[in-house]
Amino acid sequence: MTMSTLIAERHPSDPLFRADRLPHIWCPGCGIGPAMHAYAQAMVESGIPLARHVCVSGIGCTGRVPGYLNMDSYHTTHGRAIPFAMAIALVKPELEVTVYSGDGDLFAIGGNHFIHAARRNVDINVICINNFNYGMTGGQVGPTTPMGARATTAPFGNYEQPFNLPHLAAATGAVFVARWTSLHLRQLKQAMLRAMKKRGFTFIEVLAPCPVGFGRPNDIGDAMEEMTLYREGCVVDPAAPLDSLDIDLRVKDRPIVLGNFVDVERPVFDPLAMMRPTSEAENNTAVAGKTQEGQ
Amino acid sequence: MPAVRSARVPLDTARVILPRGQVHVIPHRCKECRFCVDFCPKDVLALSTETNAKGYRYPVVAPGKDEACVHCEFCTLVCPEYAIFTVEVPRVEVMA
Ligand SMILES: Cc1ncc(C[n+]2csc(CCOP(=O)(O)OP(=O)(O)O)c2C)c(N)n1
Ligand code: SF4
Ligand code: SF4
Ligand code: SF4
Ligand SMILES: [Mg+2]
Repeated sequence: MTMSTLIAERHPSDPLFRADRLPHIWCPGCGIGPAMHAYAQAMVESGIPLARHVCVSGIGCTGRVPGYLNMDSYHTTHGRAIPFAMAIALVKPELEVTVYSGDGDLFAIGGNHFIHAARRNVDINVICINNFNYGMTGGQVGPTTPMGARATTAPFGNYEQPFNLPHLAAATGAVFVARWTSLHLRQLKQAMLRAMKKRGFTFIEVLAPCPVGFGRPNDIGDAMEEMTLYREGCVVDPAAPLDSLDIDLRVKDRPIVLGNFVDVERPVFDPLAMMRPTSEAENNTAVAGKTQEGQ
Repeated sequence: MPAVRSARVPLDTARVILPRGQVHVIPHRCKECRFCVDFCPKDVLALSTETNAKGYRYPVVAPGKDEACVHCEFCTLVCPEYAIFTVEVPRVEVMA
């Protein structure tokens, strides 16, 4: 027989978190929490032992994710998560390295690192929490703030064209590109699993509510309202042309397109290949699926 | 003409046994975002009348919904605070 509510002290996912640090600092309804849970579950389901997963972030609210995960995790400087992760991935290719950071960290101050790591097809996963603003520093305009959206640095509305992140990632060379939201959690977890399985540079954009930095100045009452917007305003279309994936929240009834848009193979960046005997080098640059090496 | 049967009712409905879940809540972690309450497909949850120490109301099983949770685990996935989860109730207990 089921009873009404049972009060618990611990959560079944607590071993994946530094549970002594919970509740975390994120605001009520912040979309980072569900997306971090999806990542933690994906790591467990990946079949890659947790000891071989590494999480790297830059600075920002999203940048705090590594501090809450019970694993080898690094909170680096603003914009520099990708070069830090790249070094780990090159020196220890047996590790599954994931960068988990914000839209500002990855695409403003860190934008150059992103495009060159994608161009080289470095074997890392990049997960970007896109909350359309610099959440941590008080809601400034960033490179993904939609046209017309208000922010502390754009009180009359943003007049800059934002990045279309999946298009950018695909154009610069990512071998897997997806966009989901912090409501589409089963699909998000599946995309993360696919990214972990693939060799090369993978990119997942997660649209997430930031009720404080983005919601409040844009008349989105609370996080529930932004999540409802995702429920009602999203369509899943993996075949959508990449240049049609712009987000413009001003245009009523314009859907936000979600999906796994790109899944291709390209030679993986391996600058040390030249230093190895030929046969081994060939094995390492092979574009075949993830090697079983060390599993 | 025979009545049109809705294509949306699966043919094996009568034979399928729905899972049943028991809701567990960690009240002190909740920040009252209402995601679990509003996105539960079975409207199992409601906000408590009492608050936790930080002043937030947390989810409780709504009156009359004691047997309604189907253990879909969406509340577990969507909760930003890891403050709610369900445990599947063994089938023998469900049928008893
Ligand atoms: C070199 C440097 N410049 C600026 C800052 C201030 N700063 C901290 S976080 C941040 C932006 C964070 O935005 P985003 O990456 O989108 O993360 P969010 O907080 O939205 O998750 C900025 C500009 C800093 N910490 N270091
Ligand atoms: S400011 Fe925004 S991104 Fe930062 S914790 Fe609050 S809701 Fe989340
Ligand atoms: S497991 Fe599903 S049905 Fe049960 S309370 Fe959670 S969301 Fe509702
Ligand atoms: S989803 Fe979590 S934080 Fe939000 S109301 Fe439910 S239990 Fe509380
Ligand atoms: Mg941001």
